[in-house]
Amino acid sequence: MATIRDGVVEVRTENDVVVARQTVRRWATDLGLGLVDQTKIVTAASELARNTLSYGGGGTMRLEAVSEGTRKGLRLTFEDRGPGIANLDLALQDGYTTGGGLGLGLGGSRRLVSEFDIRSVVGEGTRVTIARWK
Amino acid sequence: MALRAFPQTTSTGRLADILKAHQRDLLRDWVVAQGARQSLPLAELESQCREFLAVLIPALATDTDTIEGPSWAPVREFLNGISVTRAEQGFSPTETAMFVFSLKQSIFSQLRADEGDDVTTIANDMWTVTVVFDSLGLYTTEVYQRGREQVIMRQQQDMLELSTPVVMLWDGIVALPLIGTLDSARTQVVMETLLRRIVETGALIAVIDITGVPTVDTLTAQHLLKTVTAARLMGAECIISGIRPQIAQTIVHLGVDLGDITTKATLADAFRIALARSGRSVVRNGA
Amino acid sequence: MERIPILRMGSFLLVTIQVDMHDRLAMTLQDDLTTRISETRAKGVLLDISSLDTVDSFIGRMLSNIAGMARILDAETVVVGMQPAVAITLVELGLSLPGIRTALNVESGMALLRTATAESDGHYS
Repeated sequence: MATIRDGVVEVRTENDVVVARQTVRRWATDLGLGLVDQTKIVTAASELARNTLSYGGGGTMRLEAVSEGTRKGLRLTFEDRGPGIANLDLALQDGYTTGGGLGLGLGGSRRLVSEFDIRSVVGEGTRVTIARWK
Repeated sequence: MALRAFPQTTSTGRLADILKAHQRDLLRDWVVAQGARQSLPLAELESQCREFLAVLIPALATDTDTIEGPSWAPVREFLNGISVTRAEQGFSPTETAMFVFSLKQSIFSQLRADEGDDVTTIANDMWTVTVVFDSLGLYTTEVYQRGREQVIMRQQQDMLELSTPVVMLWDGIVALPLIGTLDSARTQVVMETLLRRIVETGALIAVIDITGVPTVDTLTAQHLLKTVTAARLMGAECIISGIRPQIAQTIVHLGVDLGDITTKATLADAFRIALARSGRSVVRNGA
Repeated sequence: MERIPILRMGSFLLVTIQVDMHDRLAMTLQDDLTTRISETRAKGVLLDISSLDTVDSFIGRMLSNIAGMARILDAETVVVGMQPAVAITLVELGLSLPGIRTALNVESGMALLRTATAESDGHYS
């Protein structure tokens, strides 16, 4: 697997969530992802970026355009130093929320992407990695 | 693509010097060597050969051990270019690779003239030439392959879209007669095409007819469900028609819940409902 | 501060969302709309989202909230112009936007609003 391109977006304000969305859209378009696939990963990125801001107290979104053989894909990593998630299984279910939201952020996002990985330690932070392949 | 490094004994820097020193002769010999076997007009061939040497020599001078690094980028770009144009002109990948390989012959002759007596040096240099040019020749073949793959993918996409005809039955009513098995990829295309056509025609009702679909599995049923839900989110209703008894049984056995989606046995019935829902009725002319 | 313009067309309000909204802008729109519906005694709200190429759960919730508040104020809401890719993604996300009526474009959206408000006024054809 090779990284073709690398980038980081700071997610510290509401506006950053918009910037994150638009950056993902641009990268996805450059990679040649189809419109539906683009929309899916941009939407997932929006959910996760917002989580990073609202629950994680701010953090970063790392973008990587990757290639494996002839396949090309976009990998995003959302990282924060927030409180962490105590019960991951519960958080991944639809409808679960601590913040008064719909609680569809994590579970829903997982359905939109080809790869989904989440690591969280209470008191230390959370890292979510997603990827969409062409 | 795995990194292909030249063996330690090669020195492309030396090669660069040799090529630079005899550039004109090499060019002439090279063009002649290709002459009989290819069909480009002479002036065009000469210009391509000259251009190739112009990017090759600086790349060799950087003395790197692989053609995949940034210092060989101009060479790769050039080869990309001629591989693509020659493929378009109908050249086979072998013919394009020969463009590169035939230069070897000219260089070998030059090396023999320069170093004829020094067996070790000439052996090393010839090996360097072989390794470099084999890599370049193979590169042109890979470019060709990739080009063909893209053509195939495009054609597959076209075929998928062509096999999804969305017909307008009446103002605001469209029908999608599905024929054949629905695999995952096809169902995605079907879904996207139908939704796009709904937007284009402003259809309020879409009839999805599955008379021509022999079997429905869980995945297909779920995709159909998602299509209907997506259409509803956009503001259009869907009616599924042509459900044969076997498919009805399968759907029940699979535990798929069609919810409040209207289903009809025939396209005709579905059309009648669609007309009624859009506030229309069919009247026979008075006799 | 930037705001999304709300147009008045008779007893209906028309909102065209053309920018990629950050959260505060979305909340402002909710507030502004509630105020305007109340001020103008509007009977219907048309939300045109044909320019939005992304709708996530936050925006989805905003749309639901608007519809909910409008209903309490006795107004119907219709969302128009959802792009196919957005619809497909929302379905995958599991968002069904209950209680929101949708239409393909402004024209059919207005027709829907007219029917809906006529019904709620007790006028049946």
